[in-house]
Amino acid sequence: MSTAMIEARGVGKRFGANEVLRGVDLDVGRSEVVCLIGPSGSGKSTLLRCINFLEAYDDGEVRIEGELIGYEKASDGKRRPMGARRLREMRREIGMVFQHFNLWPHMTALGNVAEPLKRVRKLAAGEAEERAMDMLKRVGLAEKAEAYPSRLSGGQQQRVAIARALAMQPRLMLFDEPTSALDPELVGEVLEVMRALATEGMTMLIVTHEMGFAAHVADRIAFIDQGRILEQGPPRQVFHESSEPRVRQFLQTYHDRNAF
Amino acid sequence: MNLALVWHYAPSLISGFGVTVLCWAVGSIVGLALGIVIALASEIRLAPLRWLLRVYIEIFRGTPFLMQLFILYNGGPFIGLKLAATTAGVLGLGLYSSAYYAEIFRGGFASVPRGQIEAAMSIGMTPLSTLLRVRFPAALVAAVPPIVNTLIVMSKETVVLSIITVPELMYQVQTMAAETFTAFDAIFAMAVFYWLLVEVVSRLGRRLEKRVTLFLARPA
Repeated sequence: MSTAMIEARGVGKRFGANEVLRGVDLDVGRSEVVCLIGPSGSGKSTLLRCINFLEAYDDGEVRIEGELIGYEKASDGKRRPMGARRLREMRREIGMVFQHFNLWPHMTALGNVAEPLKRVRKLAAGEAEERAMDMLKRVGLAEKAEAYPSRLSGGQQQRVAIARALAMQPRLMLFDEPTSALDPELVGEVLEVMRALATEGMTMLIVTHEMGFAAHVADRIAFIDQGRILEQGPPRQVFHESSEPRVRQFLQTYHDRNAF
Repeated sequence: MNLALVWHYAPSLISGFGVTVLCWAVGSIVGLALGIVIALASEIRLAPLRWLLRVYIEIFRGTPFLMQLFILYNGGPFIGLKLAATTAGVLGLGLYSSAYYAEIFRGGFASVPRGQIEAAMSIGMTPLSTLLRVRFPAALVAAVPPIVNTLIVMSKETVVLSIITVPELMYQVQTMAAETFTAFDAIFAMAVFYWLLVEVVSRLGRRLEKRVTLFLARPA
């Protein structure tokens, strides 16, 4: 069966009077890498956070491998919030990487990666740490295993955060502006890890402002503006052949900024 | 200063000091435990519960400890609550300090960045694991200094227990003063004991503070 990894249908989200998402449809297939781009405030981070239900969407449906996330059908035909336990089980299969890394500051790099393995996957301490070490090696940080986050650069912290998510062996990974909080010279090391991950066939949904990365790594680009997907398609199409004025205008600012 | 006199009363002073330390220690454990429970319970989105906890904190923080103790010990029997003096003292201290600790923990939990909790949620950690492994250790960074401070304040609040005849240090000192008509020697001996206790607590507090903020240390 070839159900999509992520199927979003008519997803709507309001914060008070502010309508952040207005009926978003988005599919992400297995091993597909999709980049969400768009101006700030367009709703792309909110959409990403609806995928693992960190943000509760109001309308529409988000399905992960065919299963609705966040809601379940009640006997009266209406839907109600999904049981907390089932939601946790679903989230375990969805890795998430945040703009501000969100490492736990009181744990070492190794501790951050091993913690979910111990608490969630219920591995014994030794086994958890062994696997955590493998993950740190994978992101090139084995020698920083004993360092606390406060002693790591932003780029290193983000790589630890990626290792933490990967250690759970998720079926897909969500990235919420993973390089936006980094000094420009640290961006490369994080993108390199993400590129390797894409090559290995990980399903990835990435909110990013790194147009170069999106152009080279993504299978598909989705452009969001004012809570709607205005255009989506292969990078070439969106970046160079779009007839949508908003998309062209948005991309023009990038061309201008990088033309020096 | 009549050392011979103090020496003569040393056994009862030391026993009083022991009772003081015991009441303070047990009362503080009760207070800290209740404080955590209250701080966590007030996160529950249930208006009547929140309101109730707010009233609890306002009452115990807003009225003198002496009065609370008096009501608990002397008023208790009227509602069938007959407590031995020491039990009433320990319980009173626990209730009184819990209001302060609840506020300290509430602030501590509020200081934990939302992102750290979201990271735990996105990984599928249970609320209990998140509390024990993420929220609590992170909350301690902000909470430990005021906790140590409150522990010290409470160690001196124990003098009030003498009012309800708990045989703690103040009680023994008053007995000594009454029997010998030597207010100064007795009070001075008491000061030494309290200073000793406060010194030990603040030293332990500094070590604890170092321990919970270990990870914040930056390379020299």
